[in-house]
Amino acid sequence: MSAREPLVLGIETSCDETGIGIVRGTTLLANVIASSMDEHARYGGVVPEVAARAHLEALVPALKQALAESGVALDELDAIAVTSGPGLSGALMVGVGAAKALALSLGKPIYAVNHLVGHVGADVLDSVGSGPSRPAIEYPTVALLVSGGHTSLLLVRDLISDVELLGETIDDAAGEAFDKVARLLGLPYPGGPEIDRAAAGGDPTAIRFPRGLSNPKDVEAHRYDFSFSGLKTAVARWVEKAQDAGEAVPIADVAASFREAVADVLLTKAVAACIDHGIPRLLLGGGVVANARLRELAAERCAANGIELRIPPLDLCTDNGAMIAALGAQLVAAGRAPSDFDFGADSTLPVTSIQA
Amino acid sequence: MLLAIDTSAGTSVAVVDREGGVLAEHTELDTRRHAEVIGTFIAACLSDSGVAVAELSGVAVGMGPGPFTGLRVGIAAARAFAFGAARPVVPVISHDAIAYELGSAEPLLVVTDARRREVYWSAYSGIDAVGLPLRAAGPGLTRPDELAATVPEIDGYRRLDAASVSAGALGMLAETLFYNRRPFAVDEALYLRSPDVTLSSGPKRVS
Ligand SMILES: [Zn+2]
Repeated sequence: MSAREPLVLGIETSCDETGIGIVRGTTLLANVIASSMDEHARYGGVVPEVAARAHLEALVPALKQALAESGVALDELDAIAVTSGPGLSGALMVGVGAAKALALSLGKPIYAVNHLVGHVGADVLDSVGSGPSRPAIEYPTVALLVSGGHTSLLLVRDLISDVELLGETIDDAAGEAFDKVARLLGLPYPGGPEIDRAAAGGDPTAIRFPRGLSNPKDVEAHRYDFSFSGLKTAVARWVEKAQDAGEAVPIADVAASFREAVADVLLTKAVAACIDHGIPRLLLGGGVVANARLRELAAERCAANGIELRIPPLDLCTDNGAMIAALGAQLVAAGRAPSDFDFGADSTLPVTSIQA
Repeated sequence: MLLAIDTSAGTSVAVVDREGGVLAEHTELDTRRHAEVIGTFIAACLSDSGVAVAELSGVAVGMGPGPFTGLRVGIAAARAFAFGAARPVVPVISHDAIAYELGSAEPLLVVTDARRREVYWSAYSGIDAVGLPLRAAGPGLTRPDELAATVPEIDGYRRLDAASVSAGALGMLAETLFYNRRPFAVDEALYLRSPDVTLSSGPKRVS
């Protein structure tokens, strides 16, 4: 690392969180997140246009707050980093437009980066005032990124030069499955914390819900891919059958069994990826990491298989600007040239495009 | 001097000066490339005009009406640029820039595409002594076949269907407003349509 580590401001608007983060190298200075989650609650899921409108209003206030919290002045920055994809295209465009203009107004270089790789980049950050800093993340590592927008399994050989997509969901994201199942159990949005709460005291083995893409035939074609739409339908069928029979739906058991099915399939595939590739390291990222059972099962399975488990602090797991700034700072520190100003928002940006 | 941005139709960026006029302008009519071209256009306008960021006194921006996704790119860029440059945002109604550029003393109806078989419209009764358009009604949103009913005095108006908004004209309009101490528009995107959402009536049966 150079004598003076790069000071980078990151802008993230790929889904429903407007994130502005400021980092110096691997040190987190500010991580401001303005969420439009409440505005989506009545719709039961993220509405892209609602999210994009909220980004436009939240952006400058979040910028001001991040600068105030970090004590950094704009002209001190070495670069601006921004998520150019993947994500919701209208939402991404707000961040891209703002980041370009901010960089030009300051005469600073811009780094357009990949949102998913950003989730991995979050782990390089020490937390402010969190005592002794953790040892740096080691590569290669397998990364499991789970949120309402994505469910991806990555093989990261090097954060800024070599990331491979091992698998991803072929239908719903895991977070979406939580939202949908919560709804059919009559629980509010967002579903993750609600299912967690409802599952407390429930029996995770009460109902054997299907594990998507886990039978031998599917594993052959989709070893590291996920599918949650069948699981969601199975839960709906089970609930309807109980209701049709005039029985009370055992919400705690259904929630616990559903949650177990999701956590089980996620960790089974993630651990398999570690073993197959001989990589004893697993990194978790994405908002679904907030799920208590997922973290617990990850700890169990990793311990049983001699895998080191890394979970960044929760506010660095959910979508945030600090992880984008962190990845940007790694690119700057490595001497990478900035992005040209003509990049766009790419809703399907592949993980192999770490910098756009 | 102002940086001016409008993305309510295509993408248009300019640097203007009240006395010197439009010093630089770049426009792309493609309505799907706002995010791609906004940065290069700002950079090009600054370098073409030879104006430094510190010399700008504000950032004029078209608040619409216009299709949302593109419209937001320009407003986000204007707000972020103004924040970075520590200058004010000068919000302007995009249709006003079209009327101002035409400068017609006759009644005028500006109409732009709102997609989904609807149009945005603004009606002007003419211009005032300093050339500022006098908006009599609008901006509004309607179906083309309901335009006549929506704007009752339409018979007397000349209708102008515009496919682009010039940031140069928008910037000069802002300069004229400022010089004559007229109010700017409200700093709010003119979507004129609520977000596209249908509330679901609860889970549907699967069996
Ligand atoms: Zn994410």
